Order: sequence, then C-alpha cells, then structure tokens
Amino acid sequence: MSEANPTAMEQGLQSCHGCGLLSRPAPGAEEGRCPRCDEKLEFRKPASLERTMAYLIAAAVCYIPANLLPVLTTTTAGGSESDTIMQGVVLLWSPTGWPLSLIVLFASIMIPSAKILALLYLVFTVRRGSIKNNSERVRLYRMVEIVGRWSMVDVFVDTFTVSLIQLQPLMSVEPGPGLLFFAAVVVLTMLAVESFDPRLIWDSAAVKEIQHEVQHA
Amino acid sequence: MILQIQNQHPDSNRPLADASLVACPDCDLLQRIPEVPPGASVRCPRCDKELWRHRVDSHNRTFALTVAALVLYIVANTVPMLGLHAAGREAFTTVVGGAHQLRLDGQQIVSVLVLFAAVISPALQIIFLLLILTGCRRERPPFWVGMLLRHVHFTRTWSMIEVMLLGVLVALTKIADYATVIPGVALFALFALVVLLAAMESCFDPREVWESVEWAEETNRRPAGAKQIAEVTP
Repeated sequence: MSEANPTAMEQGLQSCHGCGLLSRPAPGAEEGRCPRCDEKLEFRKPASLERTMAYLIAAAVCYIPANLLPVLTTTTAGGSESDTIMQGVVLLWSPTGWPLSLIVLFASIMIPSAKILALLYLVFTVRRGSIKNNSERVRLYRMVEIVGRWSMVDVFVDTFTVSLIQLQPLMSVEPGPGLLFFAAVVVLTMLAVESFDPRLIWDSAAVKEIQHEVQHA
Repeated sequence: MILQIQNQHPDSNRPLADASLVACPDCDLLQRIPEVPPGASVRCPRCDKELWRHRVDSHNRTFALTVAALVLYIVANTVPMLGLHAAGREAFTTVVGGAHQLRLDGQQIVSVLVLFAAVISPALQIIFLLLILTGCRRERPPFWVGMLLRHVHFTRTWSMIEVMLLGVLVALTKIADYATVIPGVALFALFALVVLLAAMESCFDPREVWESVEWAEETNRRPAGAKQIAEVTP
C-alpha cells in the first residue's frame, strides 16, 4: 500500500458511482448498496476491461460496412446514385463548403477510428500494468469521452437530408444500409467508453509501487 | 453511531463518520474537499479531475434556466424547424418528422436512436432536473430526488442537441445546392436551447442536493405508513 497516495480501495472503502458517497462494506461483504442513494456498489466497474474490449471489437467490425456501404441513395429522373460517408465528404467539398466537409471528415471518419485505437491503447496498457504516463492516459480517456459524441453528427446529417428531400418524382433521398452500421459504431464506442474504469490506470501504479518497495526492502 | 449499525439494512454499506472525505472518481485517491471561495473549483491533486465547484446561488439559477429550457424545448419540438422550397413545392420538417421519415424508409433502429438522442434524452434531462429542484424545495427532500439525480449523468450523455444542430447545418449546406432552404422558428429555438442546457448543467451542483436528500437506507428501514423515523447521525 502506498503511504503517499492512499486510494479508497486500499482502505476498503467504496465510493458511489451515483452520488459520490464514500462508505464501508459490511464485514465480509464484497459488494453492497449505497446507504444514501441505494446504488449497487463495487470497488471497480465489474469486468471493465473485458466489456470494453467486447464493445470495441463489435465497433471495429461494424466500422468496415459503415464505411463501405452507402449511407444515402439519391433518386432523380435521371436514375439513382448511392454515396458512402467518404463520398459525402467529397461532395460537400467546395470553395464555400470545405469547413463543413472537414468537420464531417473529422466527426465521421477520424473520431470513430481514433476512439477505437485510443481505448485499445488504454485497455492494453492497463492489462500490462503500465505505470507510465498515467496523467496523460486519464486525460486521453476524458478527451475520448468528450469528443466521442460528435461522431453522431453524420447520422443527423443523413436524417435531415432524407426528411427534407422528398420531392417525388423530381428528386428523393433514401437512407442506405451503411447508416445502421455507422450508428452502431457510434453507440458501441460510447458504451465502450462507459464500461472502461479510469481508476484501473492508477491501480496498476499502486501494485507496481508495492513490488518496487518489496524489491528495495 | 451505535444506533445506526444496529439499524443497518443487511445489504447496505456503512457511511463514514467524516462526510468531507471523498475518493476521486477517476483515480480513486482519498482526499478531503476543502472550503473554497465562491467560483473556485476543487481538483484532484493526482489526476486533475474537477471534484467540485463552489457555485453561487446554484439552486435558483439552475431552476430559472431549467424553466426557460423547458419552454424552448416545447417550442423547438412543435413548430417547423426546416423548410424547403423547390420547383414550386414546399416541404417542412421537425426533429420528430426527421426520425419519422427514417422509419418510413425502413431504418427503424436508426430512427429510434435519433428520436432518443435528439428528443427523448433532452426531455428527460430537463424534466429530471426540474423535478429534482422542485423536490429540493421541501424541508427534507424525498428519496426519489436521489433516484432521479442518480440518472442525470445518463440523460446528459445521450442528449445530443448540439450534435444534431451541427448535423442540420451540414444538411442545409448540402441541400442549398438543389433548393432554397427556409430556416424555421424551431431552428433558432434549438440554438438557444443548446446554450441554455449548457448553462443549466454548469450551474447545477449535485453535491449540494446530495447533502440534503433523504437517505435511501432510512426509507428502506421506515415501516410502511409511519412518518417518524429514528434519529441517526449521518
């Protein structure tokens, strides 16, 4: 146990995820309920790494059809044309529209993949028991948490394009099969972020410190 | 303290005698929340997580912002948001209309997601906060205030009005090539709502509410119908 930085778990205390109250489980009990808000209490989120990995793998699988299948199909008198997310970005690129095109590129293609990679990195470093860059890693986690929601933007773009352009028989737009996979990527990565417990980053530090102290004793 | 342990619900944990002791939610470091001047925030020394911010007049300000948000929310979801003028025809849509069209086109799951993120979650976010703040006006806030407060984080995570607005902007730019787009009143209401929701969340102090709320443990222990409960030291 590190004397300088005692954590609640080392002291046998559980802090409530719902209300933040610190309490001590009944003797012999591993888990209990928060006396203030009745939330189920655990020292750490249960099976955090396994659940995060499961969501990440599912998200990575959906990421492929999300980018290869069309998200929008435009039907005009001249025929119909399907666009994937990337084609949508290219279509939006114009002397006036390029900032929005960049936003969609970031939100729909860069953020989901960066999110998956960042969480994979966090899961692997925690599993290895790394003690390096703890502050940077927890900052990375918070950034993923804040930025992640913005990848939903393409779902809304497609929703409102579809609902506005209904000028049959002149022109109409329909959602494509890629949209479902893309929405799945967004939801699955958000669930992955929710399942990851950032306290695990610091736990490994505590374990390593004990080993370090033992070696030098 | 002895009374408290005797009356202990078998399933629930025992609280600490020192209520100012907390663990950082991001790194589990044990620490005390110090007294800070109004406007200042308390951060975890190890991972820099904001643990608490001393807000001024949190309750009244949040209440005012929440009522304003509720009014704007109703406007934003009842009047047209976007209109389209092309080839002598006009079409209007609302947020719900957008989700409805997706459902008609066979994308039921995505339409539910859009409805959830853009309509249901923001509504829950506003209603939960409104109920919590009204419940807190009582001398001893009832335990359901805590039940709602526990789920505020969930509604905040999935309420995505600001993301939706960006999506609307992009869609407008795309469509502007083909047709004349008419922004509706709801679009402006949504812009204002995004600002209000952000202000509402930053004014709200959950810690203040938690300190006054009736404990679930007391509610569990209280026999049905009885109003009087044993006096316990928190």
